[in-house]
Amino acid sequence: MRQLRLEVRSEPSEFWRWVSPLLALLITVLVGTVLFMAMGKDPVRALMVFFWEPIKSSYALGELMVKATPLLLISLGLGLCFRANVWNIGAEGQYVMGAIFASGVALHAEPSWGRGVVVLILVVGTFGGLLWAGIVAVLRERFNANEILVSLMMVYVATMVLSYLVYGPWKDPNGYNFPQSKSFDVYTLVPRLVQGSRMTWGLPLALLGAGLSWLFLYRTRMGFGLQVTGLAPMAARLSGFSSSKNLYTALLVSGACAGLAGALEVSGPIGQLTPYVPVGYGFAAIIVAFVGRLHPLGMVMSALLMSMFYIGGELAQSRLGLPKSLTGVFQGLLLFSLLICDTLIYQRLCWIQRPSFTLPELTAGLAARTSAIETQGH
Amino acid sequence: MTQRLDLRGITKRYPSVVANDGISLQVQAGEIHAVLGENGAGKSTLMKIIYGAVMPDAGEIAFNGQPVRIKSPQHARALGISMVFQHFSLFETFTVAQNVWLGLQSSWSLQEVSELISDKAQAYGLEIDPSRPVHTLGVGEMQRVEIIRALLTEPQLLIMDEPTSVLTPQAVDKLFEVLKRISAQGCSILYISHKLHEIRELCNHCTVLRNGRVTGVCRPSEESNESLSRLMIGAEPPALVRHVQAAGQTRLSVNALSLSAMEQFGMDLKAVSLTVCSGEVVGIAGVSGNGQRELLMALSGEDVRSSPQSIELMGQSVGAWGPRQRREAGLHVVAEDRLGRNVVAEMSLQENMMLTREETLSARGLIRPQALFEQTQHILQRFQVKSNGPQSKAKSLSGGNLQKFIMGREMDAAPQVFVVSQPTWGVDVGSAAQIRAQVLALKREGCAVLVVSEELDELFEICDRLYVMSQGRLSPSILRQDATLTGVGVWMSGLWEDTHASTPS
Repeated sequence: MRQLRLEVRSEPSEFWRWVSPLLALLITVLVGTVLFMAMGKDPVRALMVFFWEPIKSSYALGELMVKATPLLLISLGLGLCFRANVWNIGAEGQYVMGAIFASGVALHAEPSWGRGVVVLILVVGTFGGLLWAGIVAVLRERFNANEILVSLMMVYVATMVLSYLVYGPWKDPNGYNFPQSKSFDVYTLVPRLVQGSRMTWGLPLALLGAGLSWLFLYRTRMGFGLQVTGLAPMAARLSGFSSSKNLYTALLVSGACAGLAGALEVSGPIGQLTPYVPVGYGFAAIIVAFVGRLHPLGMVMSALLMSMFYIGGELAQSRLGLPKSLTGVFQGLLLFSLLICDTLIYQRLCWIQRPSFTLPELTAGLAARTSAIETQGH
Repeated sequence: MTQRLDLRGITKRYPSVVANDGISLQVQAGEIHAVLGENGAGKSTLMKIIYGAVMPDAGEIAFNGQPVRIKSPQHARALGISMVFQHFSLFETFTVAQNVWLGLQSSWSLQEVSELISDKAQAYGLEIDPSRPVHTLGVGEMQRVEIIRALLTEPQLLIMDEPTSVLTPQAVDKLFEVLKRISAQGCSILYISHKLHEIRELCNHCTVLRNGRVTGVCRPSEESNESLSRLMIGAEPPALVRHVQAAGQTRLSVNALSLSAMEQFGMDLKAVSLTVCSGEVVGIAGVSGNGQRELLMALSGEDVRSSPQSIELMGQSVGAWGPRQRREAGLHVVAEDRLGRNVVAEMSLQENMMLTREETLSARGLIRPQALFEQTQHILQRFQVKSNGPQSKAKSLSGGNLQKFIMGREMDAAPQVFVVSQPTWGVDVGSAAQIRAQVLALKREGCAVLVVSEELDELFEICDRLYVMSQGRLSPSILRQDATLTGVGVWMSGLWEDTHASTPS
């Protein structure tokens, strides 16, 4: 009798480290195909919508970049957090706070401030995200409050603040009572990168962030200490890296990244503050970070992939009449299959002969057992 | 008379290593049989196979003349095989009786179990009170609980895994009496150890393992330490050359340091005072768990609650300094936990260099990978660390090689003061000798060395002066030439006030 078993490899496999994400993507596509067929849609056309439409024209590519920008920025920060073993799940809230702080400046700006106001908007937005994450850091440091729960709950607080503002003080008086701010003046918007596309200077900023993140993680002692704290807190302590300093660094940097992403979004593609600012980038970025193996370059790739799913989901809704929540299904599928495939990096699948027992052996064992129990129980 | 246990051609392969290669082993009824070998020789795997925790790839096992296939530890216990592990599995908050009761698969009441414990304790001279909570017990007493637990299953074969590594010399003597009584009742004992003198004193027969194979079967009483050692490591360890030199000025002093424990069931430090001078090796003996861990954390700077003056390094009050600041002042520390504290298992050796060495950082504080690689390479060569180079992960190294790397990393920094805990714990005899020689070389260069160790032999071998730690207190120091094994043993029980301060007898 043979059975399938996982056996631990003596060394993690380099081959599977690279192939595992591709296999995960393949599984996602296959399961997606089955899903489309079950819903009575032509799977080839549906897959085209997801994987070809988003890259077929320069405009489509531009849209891909527009969505990839916030995903990348947020995931870069989260990557630091996760490496430091700090579980910031609330990037969505920090993103919303960044958007709110940035809008505050944009709405109150005067034309006389000139084009430089954009920098101020981004800086203040960044600070908003940093502040929101900072609260989590303080609660964790002072009261040992679980950062997973606190950061997650802070998301809901942030969206409540957003609702209050757009339904209340910041509502556009000429907006037919819609819950949204007035559109930002042109001089407060982040400049477009090229004509005819919604891409802004946010994209090069995010790519610069990826470079800086790489530099910090692999070329600075502080970045090294952050990773040591995550992997072996006792070693970090003996070496002299302060765990509270690392906690603050990780949370503040990731909050700042999410805040910047929020600021870039409201003062870029959206151009006003609306209740629809939070679209789940903060949560999707968690997947981006892990699919990208917490490596800056990997995260650039996975941010593009995740952005593709966002656009594919929207197109599937408009072109094929499929529910938009398909985006979430695809994201989840990808993460799920990646985690499964990653098993193969550390373990190998093999067929083994299952040990079988002959009847005499079994009875002999049983007899020995009962006699032993009898002598024991006297 | 049939053989109690008969192993033939036991083989177990793991992905990267053959742990057991055709091992045969015969144990007679009522004998104490030693299994001798270095760490990594395959002793543990073999014991796990006998205890049913690991299935062999090939080979036959016969128990009392019957061929058996031991499928699980439960099965092994049902057959009459019990094991006392090196690490105890006792719940600290429960009493002795409750702990024993938990491990039994029968319908006895707690009262009955308490009585059984007292019976066994009397029969074998294992004094223990069944109603005491485990956290109030000393290590030797905890071991007794484990032995009683094993004896309650009425075993015919008892496996003892390195039982003396946590005991004082006096407790070892007591344990040996108990083991001799158990074997006199007809129960065979498999005694696993790498301590030669113990095996010569206690065991009737000995099977020696090296690299997963049997390299000899002998009567230990007829062998010498040297001949056993040859069987075990294939060569005799080189003799250490000790230099007598006058100690220089004081480099590290601890002044009446008292600290409450940070961890539950940790040990409070009570008015600990010590000095270490340039050019001397000072030892701290004692069974671990008596405050050594807490003292080391206070010395390294991991614990900075001590008052500034209570720890002085090179004449500066450093009690409030962090580890990095102390390291810059010349203090290097090797802690007792290798993986997770001295090194990060998942990181490469060159990354691990950066934990305590910062010479390769550029002027702007950036990491220079090439310089780091070369520095690591230098350490690996200088201290003869076997590895796949600076890029290999720390966890891929064997215990002995990893220890050589850690010791090398700190010693290569030419520290003013070097504090090391358990320098050769779990290290094979050859590497241990090399590490001790390097510690002595460091001392010759004028470094002040403080060694915390459980191995008295080791301390007597390399130290000039000894302290003994017991229950969070530190004894007065004694020169090595004035110290005796029994005297230090008495001190290990905390009884130094009764004896004359400088000459325990």
